[in-house]
Amino acid sequence: MPLDQKIRELQERRKKIIQGGGDKAIEKQKAMGKGTARERIMILLDEGSFSEYDMFVEHEARDFDMDKKSLPSDGVIIGTGTIEGAPIAIFAQDFTVAGGSLGLMHSRKITKIMDHALKMRIPLIGINDSGGARIQEGVNSLAGYGEIFFRNTLSSGVIPQISVILGPCAGGAVYSPALTDFVFVVQNISKMFITGPEVIKTVLGEEISMEDLGGAKVHSEVTGNAHFYAESEDECFAKIKELVSYIPWNNQQKAKCFKAEEPRTECKIEDIVPDDPKLPYDVKDVIRSVTDRSEFFEIQKRWAKNMVIGFGRINGCTVGFVANQPLEMAGVLDVDSSDKAARFIRYCDAFSIPIITFVDLPGYLPGVDQEHAGVIRHGAKVLYAYSEATVPKITLILRKAYGGGYIAMGSRHLRADFVFAWPSAEIAVMGPEGAANIIFRKEINASDDPDATRKEKVEEYKTKFANPYVAAAKGYVDAVIEPGETRKLLIHAIELSDNKSVFLPSKKHGIPPF
Amino acid sequence: MEKKDNKLEKLNINSSVYLTRLNPAFKNKEPYKPADKSKLYSFIPGTVVELLVEEGQEIKKGDELLVLEAMKMKNRLKSPVSGTVSRISVEIGKKVPKGSLLMEFKPD
Repeated sequence: MPLDQKIRELQERRKKIIQGGGDKAIEKQKAMGKGTARERIMILLDEGSFSEYDMFVEHEARDFDMDKKSLPSDGVIIGTGTIEGAPIAIFAQDFTVAGGSLGLMHSRKITKIMDHALKMRIPLIGINDSGGARIQEGVNSLAGYGEIFFRNTLSSGVIPQISVILGPCAGGAVYSPALTDFVFVVQNISKMFITGPEVIKTVLGEEISMEDLGGAKVHSEVTGNAHFYAESEDECFAKIKELVSYIPWNNQQKAKCFKAEEPRTECKIEDIVPDDPKLPYDVKDVIRSVTDRSEFFEIQKRWAKNMVIGFGRINGCTVGFVANQPLEMAGVLDVDSSDKAARFIRYCDAFSIPIITFVDLPGYLPGVDQEHAGVIRHGAKVLYAYSEATVPKITLILRKAYGGGYIAMGSRHLRADFVFAWPSAEIAVMGPEGAANIIFRKEINASDDPDATRKEKVEEYKTKFANPYVAAAKGYVDAVIEPGETRKLLIHAIELSDNKSVFLPSKKHGIPPF
Repeated sequence: MEKKDNKLEKLNINSSVYLTRLNPAFKNKEPYKPADKSKLYSFIPGTVVELLVEEGQEIKKGDELLVLEAMKMKNRLKSPVSGTVSRISVEIGKKVPKGSLLMEFKPD
């Protein structure tokens, strides 16, 4: 057979496989607002950059008449390409082929591209759209999931791993995304749960819709399992591209730096934080007043809003922000906000991204529910993550830094490299009201006018202790700075930390309070 | 809708009262109640498949009271107190959600 004829045959074979599960299945997929697996990859990756592998793979199942069935590409597309020039390994489950169900060859394709990503030290993106295990393939499906989870764990902290939930992802399948760094969900399309509504109804008699049980909103707002929420697949892909621009390709490199640009100066940094520590403001305004072009790429925007985390650029290069949000729950530390901050700090540390911490918090949230939910164990994660992190750690105390919250939020004592404070900072063991009530209890109780005495004592405490100078006098704060100097000092601190090197005791790994 | 979410409310932390937004879980949380030993609640949703006592019956702490089937398990619920069964709030075959009142006692 002459070569041109062979080439035509190849083209024919490809054409047939690209039809996936056929017109009907594709039509159904589209009706749900979903793209096909290959379409999704094409939209996400740079034009013309995608190379597909294992296109001709077929399943090997023999039981239950499976030998008579052909499943093109075995329901998953794998390959490599680029996003804005960054190399990417990718897999996308094809729901139009046997519901994207995971059988042995399907999972082998996924693990092949995962091995490739790890070996080449490039980011991995997984698009999940699958009905779950392919029951006909029995324990081979389970083996497949296990092999994926193992590789997720092996790659964790070496290459960035991004999961995109664009369809159902139920049962064991959810654990691959859960082991990765970032999970994207889309309104009405993403569904994630361990046991679905049917099982819950049968076993427990509780009725709930898929959306209410494990829809995009639930995972973005309630469980914290998802990091990014989008209203459409296109919006989701745009967000993934933005994320990729902020992170390095692996743990041996640094994130790409862009041209440095000044913040847009609509809001003056001096005017954001109210003088009264009991009044709220949006800490994201402070972040935007120091970042290039005032851009801030927020992570887990809708969950544990009292803690703000995300990426920005300062002088062209990526930094990670961890900030208390006085606008939400007064910015307290609690179970969820501790988990949120701790995991992000570890992400930044694994991928050489300097951490900038903005502090303004009244302490921990009191309550039986918090104590019983294990706020001790969860709060400890923040201490662990900051202490363990060896990337440059720069802390700026904007206003309140009370009690345990002061220690936890990237304090000098957890080896922050630079601790700055604004003149509005109040570094103390607790708020003036609480402190005065305890220290001057006798005087207040003995007074003819306890309220007046309390007020007086609160003022006395405020003057003496509600400032940054007590901590500065001990060297716990390196410099008390004017808000207007913040960006300049952050740039300086980051530049100075470029070759930071610390020696830690050698160990296999620590035992963090997971 | 946005506006409702943006409402600023008061939050007391260590005697200082902060003006801030409260999250729904915090706003809607039930105040803590110490365990009431004169009442038996379902610890899991399930079906009452057997009643082992009658109203007015004297019981000792640890006596089996009823069988609650949940997750294919027959859970034999035991009395938290010694005393008398003053009220049985369920009948055999009843499906109950988690936290439903099943029985009340008059402790000795």
